[in-house]
Amino acid sequence: MADAHVSAAPVAHQFDDFQQQTVADTFGMWLFLATEVLFFGGLFCGYSLYRNLYFEAFTAGSHLLKIQYGAFYTVLLICSSLTMALGVRAAQLRQKHALTIYLILTWIMGFAFVYVKLRYEWYGDYLEGLIPGVNWAPSRESLEMVNHFHATLPHLALFFIFYFCMTGLHALHMIVGLGLLTTLLIFTQQGKVTGGNYNWVEIVGLYWHFVDIVWIFLFPLLYLIGGRYV
Amino acid sequence: MSEHVLPKRLYFVIFVSLVVLTAITTGVAFIDLGPFNTVVALVIAVFKATLVVLFFMHLKYQTGMTRVVIVAALLWLAVLIGITMSDVFTRHWTEKGSSWQRSSIISPYRQTASAAPRLPRRA
Repeated sequence: MADAHVSAAPVAHQFDDFQQQTVADTFGMWLFLATEVLFFGGLFCGYSLYRNLYFEAFTAGSHLLKIQYGAFYTVLLICSSLTMALGVRAAQLRQKHALTIYLILTWIMGFAFVYVKLRYEWYGDYLEGLIPGVNWAPSRESLEMVNHFHATLPHLALFFIFYFCMTGLHALHMIVGLGLLTTLLIFTQQGKVTGGNYNWVEIVGLYWHFVDIVWIFLFPLLYLIGGRYV
Repeated sequence: MSEHVLPKRLYFVIFVSLVVLTAITTGVAFIDLGPFNTVVALVIAVFKATLVVLFFMHLKYQTGMTRVVIVAALLWLAVLIGITMSDVFTRHWTEKGSSWQRSSIISPYRQTASAAPRLPRRA
């Protein structure tokens, strides 16, 4: 039964059949994700290094972040990963209507992530003077936190540079993901996915889950590590 | 076919596990476990990532080639972090640096009692 759908799918001329093309496409995405691991790896490496060198400042910095945001993002991304996974399932079953709904849900949650991050969390950091180079004027409470952990202000700035670079690169990936989802939605409406190459959904799904995994590590590293008890 | 249509129930079970693990890792951060706070947080993160990769990303049903790619990625990540760490954190093992190192750049961070001159530090 599935073969009836498969025969309708376009196969690029370098592939023998649709299945070979599918396997190659998916494998290519995994290869790309491997390079992404190393792309983020540089930041994770730098973070681990300087956290070990300036442990006190990184602990103080972690305490200055609002854990509610971190936990909220984590749950939001897990929800969006669920709808994305269900979307892939709908694509496999060629359910156009269900796929559209799951893609829209995923898009909304991804957008909520970026919006809350920029509009509330980063803007809040800006008002508190916690953005090095833009508005670096830590408040009295922040300075007390720094003193409490026997840290120094330049090292705290280093923590916040890592924080903004890591979450910024992640947010950039979220925005790219939103673009991919939009493209996928258009293709779905044109019937190119359920009537043709359902594997596009799987590939975008892989990317989306990868970005989720990056956040799964960023959340403990930036918000939790060192403990939240004072 | 390489298409494995998994039951919806499985996706929901993984989803609930991920949310519960998030709650646990957040809760544990408020308990003083000393250095084990970091260990617990990272172990839970690795476990969550594994769940996502295996079931949401269907690794369990992919070809062996995909596994090779993932192992390669993790291996190079380990090389990147491992060699960087082993460089910086063994610099103070020698009191005097090799001929190609100026003594002031050997270990500005973790110093032994009388070793290299201190970097200027702000109070």
